[in-house]
Formats: sequence, C-alpha cells, structure tokens
Amino acid sequence: MNAINMSLAAPCELLPLSLAGLRFQAGGQTLLGPLDARIEVPGVSVILGANGAGKSLLLRLLHGLLPPAAGRVDWNGRTPAAARSRQAFVFQRPLLLRRSTLANVTFALALAGVPRRERRERALAALQAVGLAQLAERPARVLSGGEQQRVALARALAVAPAVVLLDEATANLDPAATAAVERVVERLRADGVKLVMATHDLAQARRLADEILFLDRGRLLEQAPAAIFFAGPRTSAARRFLAGELPTENGDTP
Amino acid sequence: MNDLWAAFGRALDLITGADPALGEIVGLSLTVSLSAVTLATLLALPLGALLALVRFPGRSLVVAVLNAFMGLPPVVVGLVVYLALSRSGPLGALGLLFTPAAMIAAQVILVTPIVAAVARQSLSDLDNEYRPLLRSLGAGPWRSVPTLLWDARLSLGTAILAGFGRASGEVGAVMIVGGNIDHVTRTMTTAIALETSKGHLAQALALGIVLIAIALTVSLAAEGLRLRAQRQQGMSQA
Repeated sequence: MNAINMSLAAPCELLPLSLAGLRFQAGGQTLLGPLDARIEVPGVSVILGANGAGKSLLLRLLHGLLPPAAGRVDWNGRTPAAARSRQAFVFQRPLLLRRSTLANVTFALALAGVPRRERRERALAALQAVGLAQLAERPARVLSGGEQQRVALARALAVAPAVVLLDEATANLDPAATAAVERVVERLRADGVKLVMATHDLAQARRLADEILFLDRGRLLEQAPAAIFFAGPRTSAARRFLAGELPTENGDTP
Repeated sequence: MNDLWAAFGRALDLITGADPALGEIVGLSLTVSLSAVTLATLLALPLGALLALVRFPGRSLVVAVLNAFMGLPPVVVGLVVYLALSRSGPLGALGLLFTPAAMIAAQVILVTPIVAAVARQSLSDLDNEYRPLLRSLGAGPWRSVPTLLWDARLSLGTAILAGFGRASGEVGAVMIVGGNIDHVTRTMTTAIALETSKGHLAQALALGIVLIAIALTVSLAAEGLRLRAQRQQGMSQA
C-alpha cells in the first residue's frame, strides 16, 4: 500500500543516506558501531532494537547532535550539520518551551528563517494537521503528554522538512495518544517525507515500517524490507527479539 | 512594649503625615538600591549566562568564587570601596566618597554575585533541558542565549528580587562609604542605626516598619506576577 505513495512522492533530496564505519564512543567504550549502512528507500525506516541497543545514539549521530568517534554520515553529499536545516527531530520527551503552544511552533519557524508575517498561519496549519489548533493559545507545558508530543510533531512538520527523525516518540504515551502520533507519521509519509524512527515497540514497527534496521548492542545486525524482516529474520538475536525474549549476555552471530 | 506601640504610632504618623524628612530618606534608599540592582543586573546576567553556557578553563573556580561572594560581609565591601575611593586611593580623584554614587558602587558589588550565581544556576538547568532542541532547530549561541534568558525570566526575576532585598536591607557598606550625612547619604538603614544609637527607639522602629513594608510590597507584587506567569505558561519551576 505504501508503494503507491512512494511512487507519487518526489525523491527526497537527502537520500541516499550512507553511513561508513560510523562509531560512537563514551568513556573509552564503544557504544555504537562500527556501522555501515545505506538508506535509500522513501517511507518509514524503523530502527528496531532493545533498550540500550544504540537506537537513540544512531538517530542523534544522523542528526548531528553527537559527534562520531570515527566514520561518516552522509546525507546525499551533505554532512549532518548541513542537512539539519532540512530535517526535524522529535524527541522522546516533547521538549517544549515554556511558552504557548502556538509560540512553540512559531519559534521553530523563526529559526528556520520563515518571515514573521507567515509564521502564525503556518503554525496554525501545522497544529491543525495534528488536531490541536483549538489549543494554540494554551501554555504548551500544561497539555497532556500525548498533546505535548503532537505539539512537538506540529513543530517538526511546520518547517516542511525533507526528513523527520523520531526517537521513541511514543514510548511514554498511552495507546490513544500513540495512535494519534502514528496517524501524523502516516500522513507525513503520504506527503513524501522520509521518516527514520527508533522504537522498541514491535507492534508499532509492524504497523509503520517500510524498512527495518535491527540494532543489537550497538551493532547493525540486519537491514531489510519490513515484510521480509518480519517473515524471517536472519539472525538469532532478531528472532529472539521478535519472539519477545530477553537478549542473552554472550555475543550473537548472524 | 511601650516603645513598640509608640513606634507603631510614630510610624503611622510619619507615613500618614507624609513627613518630608522620611520621604527624603525613603527616596534616597530606593534610588540607591534600585540603581545598584539595575547596574548589578546588567553585569550579572551576561556573567551568569557566560558561566552557564560557555566552557572555558578556570570556569569552576570562577563559579566557586562567585558562590562564595554571595555571602560577602557588607562592612568589608564598604571598607574596600572606601579605600578605593578615599583621597589617596586609586579612584580618589573621582571624589565620590560620601556620595550616593559610592553607595551604589558598594551595593553593586554586594548584589552582582547573588544575581549572577542564581542566574547561572537557572540558565544552566534550562540549557541542559533545551540544548538538544535548540541545536536541532539550528539555533546558534546568539539565538540560544536570548531564548534561555526569556524562558528563565521567572527565576531571573526571583534572583533580581533577592538582590534588591540584599541591597535595601544592608547597612554596613552604605554607612562606611556614604557616611550617613543628613540630606545627602542618609538611607533608611543608616538612619535606623543612628536613631537607635541616639536612643530614639520609636523613630528607629518606625523607619524599620517602613523598610519592612516596602520589602513586603515588592515581594508580594513579584510573587503575584510569578504566579500569574506560572499559570499562563505552565511553568513547573520557580
């Protein structure tokens, strides 16, 4: 069903994304990588893995929020810092400013260089898209958790990004709020926005993913179209993860 | 006990009678303290922001010194400013000793560390929270600092208020550098000290009541603004 949307959408200017020898270290310990991968299909790429697998780290490296210890992230010829202006990042916690809902969105538009007179209208349109236009004047930080995360999504989509990165964006939300966020994700995909999202929620990955990147203890063990991955994961770590088992302590061989 | 009642009566007389001498003293006190707090704030906010947001060698030391200076004894500050401004001192040529300007200078030294230290702490906390978002949205330091200052404005207001409390209540520094000269450098606190030493306890207490009333008014007004802003912006922190 996603193939139709994909063929209609213009090709994403930041794809392909290629990672070469990407590694992240902290305190002398390698927490992620070395990792080589290429993401070129549009739609939703889900970074799947248990807590501590390195999903958030990978997303932050992709967005240039963290510097890699080694290796390279390349967004179709651009560095993460250069590509960032065409991206939006949705954090696990909504990270809203102590301002009104509307002001949170216009703030992002101001930083994106949108002229002042256009900001309000665009922000309201973005809030409309996530179903929160009626809360525009309310202080953002008194909204419910689910509403706050939708404000964060409105802030992300207001700037019309080519890529949206979501870091466990629904981890703290109840099922109804999760469904509301997923509807926005579906809509962004339909609009031809490339989505890269980290999740440990298998059901969510099944619902949304076009492509799976399976991470285990900082290593990329599998990358495959979602249908193929879920039909038959190649590694025992992925099979155990799908079966809902806890990861074992000793290493895993693909 | 009689003194206390007499003091209240005297205070009431002073206030309702709009005693010109009292008005002059209160006016000078407020001028000196408000000027000092304004200048200290202009120095302290950039300093606090610098210490909160910029990493440089020796930063921890500066922060430690700043925190220690929050408790500077006013008499010692007064003494140092006195020495600097006295005729043979390095700034003696300015001829500022025993003028309101000298009192303002001394109070700036007392207030700046308080505002800067509290501003540093609240900006640092807010920066930890906002940093990933601001980076993600492409905000450089020139954009981040005003954002943090604006969103931390309640905490900063509280810091400035604490600074005003220190300035309006201290006696040691203004006494030494101002000299408690009638009509020139007499403030509420120095007048209280003088009237007490002369045994005019009712007069001293009356001034004390006025001083406390001013502090209370400022504090209540600030608290009201804070509560209103908190409701409006959904701020969980002070």
